[in-house]
Amino acid sequence: MIDGVIALYIFMLAAFTGYEVISRVPVILHTPLMSGSNFVHGIVLVGAMVTLGTADNVPLRVIGFIGVVLAAGNAVGGYVVTERMLRMFVSAGKKKAAG
Amino acid sequence: MGTELTAATLTQLSYLVAAALFILGLKRMSSPVTAVSGVRWAGLGMLLATLVTLAFMHATPVNLTLVVAAIAIGGSLAWISGKRVAMTDMPQMIALYNGMGGGAAAAIAAVELYGGNETSVTHVAIAAIGGFIGSVSFSGSLIAFAKLQGLITKSVRFGGQKLVNLAVLLATLVTGVMIVAGLHSGPGMVSAFFALALLLGIAMTLPIGGADMPVVISLYNALTGLAVGFEGFVLDNAAMIIAGTVVGAAGTLLTQLMAKAMNRSLGNVLFSNFGETAGPAGAGVTGTQKAIEVSDAGVMLAFSQKVIVVPGYGMAVAQAQHKVWELCQLLIDRGVKVRFAIHPVAGRMPGHMNVLLAEAGVPYELIADLDEINAEFETADVALIIGANDVVNPDARTNRQSPIYGMPILNADRAKNVIVIKRGQGQGFSGIDNALFVLDQTRMLYGDAQSAVGHLIQAVKAAG
Repeated sequence: MIDGVIALYIFMLAAFTGYEVISRVPVILHTPLMSGSNFVHGIVLVGAMVTLGTADNVPLRVIGFIGVVLAAGNAVGGYVVTERMLRMFVSAGKKKAAG
Repeated sequence: MGTELTAATLTQLSYLVAAALFILGLKRMSSPVTAVSGVRWAGLGMLLATLVTLAFMHATPVNLTLVVAAIAIGGSLAWISGKRVAMTDMPQMIALYNGMGGGAAAAIAAVELYGGNETSVTHVAIAAIGGFIGSVSFSGSLIAFAKLQGLITKSVRFGGQKLVNLAVLLATLVTGVMIVAGLHSGPGMVSAFFALALLLGIAMTLPIGGADMPVVISLYNALTGLAVGFEGFVLDNAAMIIAGTVVGAAGTLLTQLMAKAMNRSLGNVLFSNFGETAGPAGAGVTGTQKAIEVSDAGVMLAFSQKVIVVPGYGMAVAQAQHKVWELCQLLIDRGVKVRFAIHPVAGRMPGHMNVLLAEAGVPYELIADLDEINAEFETADVALIIGANDVVNPDARTNRQSPIYGMPILNADRAKNVIVIKRGQGQGFSGIDNALFVLDQTRMLYGDAQSAVGHLIQAVKAAG
């Protein structure tokens, strides 16, 4: 469905987008942002699910299963640590507003 | 046929929405005010894409059960570990979760390559490239995790290491090309390909020192993104292509920013190591460190006009951020002007120290970065260095022999007095002597940051 030149266009536009989104970020957010982008590539989960779904023999099922476990770990773990980190910025901001 | 089309269209639409939410989420994450909502938007996108994929999947009941079981296992383990990990250990958890993503991309590639159902050479080639990058990121991130977690304490280096790594890289590429060219190459060749790629990730990461780990983790983060993007091409999955490529580009930029903050080039981080280029490290450092009693240090702080606190990795490991803020509040109540100076690479990652101070409740306006604070050191009565070392080493400005020469530093040496809280007389993370510690105006307060700051609090209270 997505092929050839169209794929290259998607690739190029996405690359520019990634570059633009990050380019003006204060240093204090580098770690949370790295963590956040780490969560975003957890979308590999949907690919791993589809791959395991089409696996038709035991070795492929084993590899696919490992893939989904790892991908789910990436997505869930990435979300949990990013959210925890960023929540601290909010509470610090609120304390500042209150005090 | 009609329903299948609808299901496919719905899936594609959900991926489109997810991709948009990821980009908007990342955008919101790049400002402190909107950051939390950013990760929640991205999370919503992830949840949507996952649920729709699950609902419309063409899979046998067995495979469907396996998918659900695998999500439950991976998800719950990550949930528990992510909730439990201490803030100071965040960097290695990011490395770990990132490695898992790389491993997942490699697993997708492995199923494609072992399965041999792919007929297009382009697809096989892209699957192989993604599998290669994902495998390197997987094993490399695990080594980075092990190093930061303290499971591996030595940086493994030996003569001719670069040649060995180059040989492994070439062997991986040759096997990869053979698989792509042969199209239906046997499982033996595919196994060798993945084994070599995994070995390369390990061999590349082992010699890299702890101080460079943030850059390396960021690089592997970008690589995992790319691998996910490539596997997205193979699977015709727009969400994976877009999200993976966005992370690949953003991660590359982030890696460059970090390397720049440390005044290191990426090539430098990967191919030459601290220590190797050091030469006579700290040859210019002569003199002795002068200790100070905690009561004297307390008096000095209590009767200052202005104190600049420089927190470093030592504060992070000792979990002393709450005590440090308690001490600073005492000083502020006495009318002392207190500011925190954060070096771009303080802690284990850029921004790590800000996260820790935010956890302790330190307000933003007291925290300043390098450019903002450096001119202020000259007017400070005391620069209080808590577990920081290389980022305040004046050798970086003056000593061409020093391996950190040229790295921007905090000018703590220009303060009227310097108090350094340090565990012992040894060297810092990078193993370099620090010229700041032997200056005339510098006094050393030896001890673990947590207990030393605790004693300082008592001393300031006693100062009346």
